[in-house]
Amino acid sequence: MSRLQVVSGKGGTGKTTVAAALALALATEGKRTLLVEVEGRQGIAQLFETEALPYEERKIAVAPGGGEVFALAIDPELALLDYLQMFYKLGGAGRALKKLGAIDFATTVAPGLRDVLLTGKACEAVRRKTKQNKYTYDYVVMDAPPTGRITRFLNVNDEVAGLAKIGPIHNQAQAVMRVLKSPETAVHLVTLLEEMPVQETSDGIAELQAANLPVGRVIVNMVRPAILDETELALAQGGASRTAIAKSLSSAGLGGARKGGNAERLVTPLLDQAAEYAERHDLEHGQRAVLAESGLPLHELPLLAEGMDLAGLYRLATELRKQGI
Amino acid sequence: MTPPLSLDPAHTRILDVDPLIDDPKTRIVVCCGSGGVGKTTTAAALGLRAAERGRKVVVLTIDPARRLAQSMGIDSLDNTPRRVKGIETVEGADGGELHAMMLDMKRTFDEIVEAHADGQRAEAILGNPFYQSLSAGFAGTQEYMAMEKLGQLRARDEWDLIVVDTPPSRSALDFLDAPKRLGSFLDGKLIRILMAPAKVGGRAGMKFLNVGMSMMTGALGKLLGGQLLRDVQTFVAAMDTMFGGFRTRADATYKLLQAPGTAFLVVAAPERDALREAAYFVERLAAEDMPLAGLVLNRVHGSGAAQLSAERALAAAENLDERGIVDQEAGNVELRTPEEAALTDDTTTTATTPQATATAATTTPAAPPAPAATDQLTAALLRLHAERMQLLAREQRTRDRFAALHPEVAVTEVGALPGDVHDLAGLRTIGDRLAAGSNPAGAV
Ligand SMILES: Nc1ncnc2c1ncn2[C@@H]1O[C@H](COP(=O)(O)OP(=O)(O)OP(=O)(O)O)[C@@H](O)[C@H]1O
Ligand SMILES: Nc1ncnc2c1ncn2[C@@H]1O[C@H](COP(=O)(O)OP(=O)(O)O)[C@@H](O)[C@H]1O
Ligand SMILES: [Mg+2]
Ligand SMILES: [Mg+2]
Repeated sequence: MSRLQVVSGKGGTGKTTVAAALALALATEGKRTLLVEVEGRQGIAQLFETEALPYEERKIAVAPGGGEVFALAIDPELALLDYLQMFYKLGGAGRALKKLGAIDFATTVAPGLRDVLLTGKACEAVRRKTKQNKYTYDYVVMDAPPTGRITRFLNVNDEVAGLAKIGPIHNQAQAVMRVLKSPETAVHLVTLLEEMPVQETSDGIAELQAANLPVGRVIVNMVRPAILDETELALAQGGASRTAIAKSLSSAGLGGARKGGNAERLVTPLLDQAAEYAERHDLEHGQRAVLAESGLPLHELPLLAEGMDLAGLYRLATELRKQGI
Repeated sequence: MTPPLSLDPAHTRILDVDPLIDDPKTRIVVCCGSGGVGKTTTAAALGLRAAERGRKVVVLTIDPARRLAQSMGIDSLDNTPRRVKGIETVEGADGGELHAMMLDMKRTFDEIVEAHADGQRAEAILGNPFYQSLSAGFAGTQEYMAMEKLGQLRARDEWDLIVVDTPPSRSALDFLDAPKRLGSFLDGKLIRILMAPAKVGGRAGMKFLNVGMSMMTGALGKLLGGQLLRDVQTFVAAMDTMFGGFRTRADATYKLLQAPGTAFLVVAAPERDALREAAYFVERLAAEDMPLAGLVLNRVHGSGAAQLSAERALAAAENLDERGIVDQEAGNVELRTPEEAALTDDTTTTATTPQATATAATTTPAAPPAPAATDQLTAALLRLHAERMQLLAREQRTRDRFAALHPEVAVTEVGALPGDVHDLAGLRTIGDRLAAGSNPAGAV
């Protein structure tokens, strides 16, 4: 298992949720994981129902078996100030720069610069060791930008190359790239079984691979439960007699089976719902096949019908453990 | 003045889109909302509907699903509207046309540069690495360029209706905020200082800035090897003539959004997060004096058998299951699990022994015997229905919450289609549902 786990995917498919569940799953059995957020949206705090995270590593959850999950919201401006401080002992000058808007300027004007600061901080956490010379974190899980931006985001070297050909940022970018392109890193993509997210996933995999970035797993999220099996689907799509269904409904206490009776009037809408289910089932089947073509390991997480909460998050983590993560 | 709080969905105002798109005074419709809720689909469906009802329409889509773009013939990315073939004019509504395009943000940015700088200068800008990074990746560039394109289309005055999709940002508010952010950034003090420190140095208050400036040049120069800064300075110098222009243009388009011919549609799915975003947006539009036409609640579920509750459906399904087990025991199949029995029953739906069904009949004398396979199917249909009813209830709760918060907002509901929307026929269906107003029972 790679020590840096990057979670991307189309917007809204569940990147933040899956990243958090993964951090929990990896922390079981006494391990320590760090969950990092890079887009300044406080998605982790919302999910764990805590107050906004500062730019500071904080314990936010314990995992079954005594593990711990820490979280960090990386702020590119503060990361740049840190950085300036580290290399140039800027002190007050750093603050003056911030006041001027220069830091804001530098981090927003050159997305490559911002990205190298964000990935740099994550890589630093991956490599950090304790006094006992053990890794501080067993795993670092990153809630990363969406598929459309992930390759540019991780491929900082190329991005920064055009902007900074020498200097510390350049060196930093190269150090970051060494971690990101090594087996120490795995980039996972979260998707739904729908056309657009699956398309985006396929495109994303191709892009990442072309950039020599290590693609890990595909995680299909919000999978709806299978309610009709193949047999029942076939029956619903023609095999079964409507009268027989009406009688069956009636025998279950749902009213009369004769034409116009309460049970009989349920037959058409129930079969319509089954037809819709069948159509969706076929579509999902097709999308699964597309995902399988990638040859990457596929995992599926159920749609939690009641909505997401902490309990649901632990459930997803357990599910990931069960599936061998 | 506050409208009465209403939890009763019957009191929700209904949004009627036909009068809106038919009205010649409506010139711009903006579809906004958080990502993945169906903004692009709604924009395209409305555009098609308006065209088929006789208006000359252009739809500006941003990041459409690939198959949808292909079916409209706008997947070529040339950044200009294309006439869409295959529209079916409603009787008596001749003269309608549908044009559509997909926004290419980098191309749009390049075009602004080309239009405002002479050949050599334009080339210098376009080749500058800082410009390239900014035009391809600045958060907000897409929103700014969408606004820019909208302004351009409106200025051409070739269409009587422009339907605009908005970028797939996480927050609907980005569409309103990002252009200003980029505009003031390109226009801002800092960039002016970078451009010409000497110009502002004379004023007393600016001394500090100059000190800051040299500090910044020093620090950033060291950090980036000096080169980025030089690139920025070159870029800024080359863009000199265009500054001010950005801000002015962003402001002008913003005003366009407040003009009387503009209507906003907020699109949301009946889910907690999407509706929360929608509520923020509604409040923001009000604060900005931007005209909200209403809320499109997309991908709503309905049921033709809503009279049967989830609980009753599940109880009935269990009842059938239990009898199925009894059947199997009676039917001499003790070596098979119920699942296996079901599988073999598949090919022989009617082959269940009369004895087995007779057993079933004795437990429920009210009904005639039904074969076990049918019972199993019926139980599955009932479970499927129960799931649907639970979904309906959840959607209803989120909707009611929104309606209680914003009873003044007119709503139309669009049922979820089982598959994606990827052709004109699909868009037409969505258009019909948009126009059918608030009709959850009709939603499938
Ligand atoms: N398995 C699941 N079952 C039910 N709901 C889920 C599941 N996974 C995610 N969600 C819900 O889906 C919504 C989107 O999830 P999330 O915020 O994790 O996505 P994201 O990809 O991080 O989104 P963004 O692109 O906006 O960052 C949230 O409301 C979340 O609670
Ligand atoms: N009412 C609907 N029923 C079924 N699918 C829909 C519906 N509305 C949208 N979709 C599908 O949902 C996906 C996302 O829609 P899209 O319009 O691209 O969203 P947005 O522009 O808000 O990101 C597309 O695949 C689209 O076909
Ligand atoms: Mg997220
Ligand atoms: Mg879209």
